[in-house]
Amino acid sequence: MWEYTDAVKDHFLNPRNVGELEGANAIGEAGSLNCGDALKIFLKINENERIVDASFMTFGCASAVASSSALTEILKGMTLTDAAKLTNEDISDYLGGLPKAKMHCSVMGQSALKKAIADYRGIQILQKPGEIVCECFEVTDLEIIDAVKTNKLETTDDVTDFLKAGGGCGNCLERIEELIESVKTKG
Amino acid sequence: MNVVYTDNNATTKVADEVIEEMLPYFGELYGNPSSMHTFGDTVNKKIKQARARVADLINADPEEIIFTSCGTESDNTAIDSAIKAYPNKKHIITSNVEHPGIKNFYQHLQKDKGYEVTFIRVDTKGLLDLDLLYKSMSDDTAIISLMWANNETGVLFPIEEIAKKAQEKNILFHTDAVQATGKVEIDVKKTGVDMLSLSGHKIHAPKGVGVLYVKKGVKFSPFLIGGHQENGRRGGTENSVSIIGLGKACELAKENLPIMNTIVRELRDYLQNQLLEKIPSSSVNGDLEQRLPNTVSIGFDAVEGESILLMLDREGICASSGSACTSGSLEPSHVLMAMKIPFKSAHGSIRFSLSHYNTKQEMDHIVSAMVPTIQKLRDMSPFWKDGKVV
Repeated sequence: MWEYTDAVKDHFLNPRNVGELEGANAIGEAGSLNCGDALKIFLKINENERIVDASFMTFGCASAVASSSALTEILKGMTLTDAAKLTNEDISDYLGGLPKAKMHCSVMGQSALKKAIADYRGIQILQKPGEIVCECFEVTDLEIIDAVKTNKLETTDDVTDFLKAGGGCGNCLERIEELIESVKTKG
Repeated sequence: MNVVYTDNNATTKVADEVIEEMLPYFGELYGNPSSMHTFGDTVNKKIKQARARVADLINADPEEIIFTSCGTESDNTAIDSAIKAYPNKKHIITSNVEHPGIKNFYQHLQKDKGYEVTFIRVDTKGLLDLDLLYKSMSDDTAIISLMWANNETGVLFPIEEIAKKAQEKNILFHTDAVQATGKVEIDVKKTGVDMLSLSGHKIHAPKGVGVLYVKKGVKFSPFLIGGHQENGRRGGTENSVSIIGLGKACELAKENLPIMNTIVRELRDYLQNQLLEKIPSSSVNGDLEQRLPNTVSIGFDAVEGESILLMLDREGICASSGSACTSGSLEPSHVLMAMKIPFKSAHGSIRFSLSHYNTKQEMDHIVSAMVPTIQKLRDMSPFWKDGKVV
């Protein structure tokens, strides 16, 4: 049994803002059916670039649902500029923390939000910058380096907890280890 | 809240009769069975009776029974003994759906000891590729080890047929019968296996006791080296209380075997058919015929297992999921992946495993909890629209 906070349980059992949002002008998706979790967020942004409404649809475990629900609650009333600065830690903090192995759920929220903002601004994210390291979950070297730096990750298990990278076939674990080492030496 | 327990492939309730049998040996009858005095010998006699009861369940001789601490120890001991008995043979055959308790031991043998391990594949029904199995047998094969019944799907392997082939080729054959014991008839003499593992807590005995059956004449080398216990085949003072409990549990398992294959099977079929009928886009994982009578694994499209389990937990229902959304294993279970179950239903697979303690009312409770649970999760899922997967 996972040790979830009361906030996670509450947002899982009584999720806020579920379903498609009528009049949404920004949509972002992250994850996939194959990965085991996926999120689609819908935002309604007004002419002052303020998020006036938000909703979500999620496939995944309890913490994926709770992270999505929390994210939409955080976003409501926020300006797009502030929303762009949101991190996965903000989502996790809002829920009173997530089990380490479930941190990737909050990362998924952040990633879907980024895509929704890009969608609103008309920016096409054709390709993720950097080189794909984890083929199973399509995670790039730049994403891994960024996560290692931001969250002070030390082991490949840490990276898997945050990004899922390495949690599938495991072929890329050596490369992930090299990336962690490179951050340690170069800072 | 009443607990509806349908996770019997994980562990079982200790039977009241088993508790009663054990109680005196927790208390006043604490003697060491190896002692010279009558006080210790009382326990020794009781262990002897337990050994006979275990042997009777699987039609073995009592001296062919070695008590261990669990199924994992029995499995590890069997493989370890085989490779010590045949140090020049460097090949092992198993399947790709074995229990982690033995699967991880093979990885150690491959990585650290230079063994070649052939993992025989299963088809989409979870049935073993027998042609490939027979082709893989060679003079270099030290042991073949296959589970009798799969813990996740309940699918049965044709152990008797395989044992015959192994015998013809003079290769040691071990079967992990942890899930099969008490659910299907096991007759080691008729089947002709060389070694067989079983576990107490899967058949209403307590945790912490298992058995390794070793056929008379099979070369054996102990895993746990210590005193003279178990005829020098497994060191360490006997877990007498649990062994006595296991003996009683085996006696009960023999009595209950017909119930398992009638009443429990009917309950399982009832639950399965109700769920399939009332929940669209759901399907059984594994062969419908070659299957344990108490187990059903069903995949529900476009929803995820942990979410289902937590919602069932709110209704007091205990089941387990085929997906393990944890850090090390983000993919669905290796068993469902080996069967090439599509991701859309593998992630939402739930296993219900029954015992003779379950009732029809409980099955109805499960169905009435499952229908709204799946509906609620599908309403939330981006992969479900207008009554189907998108």
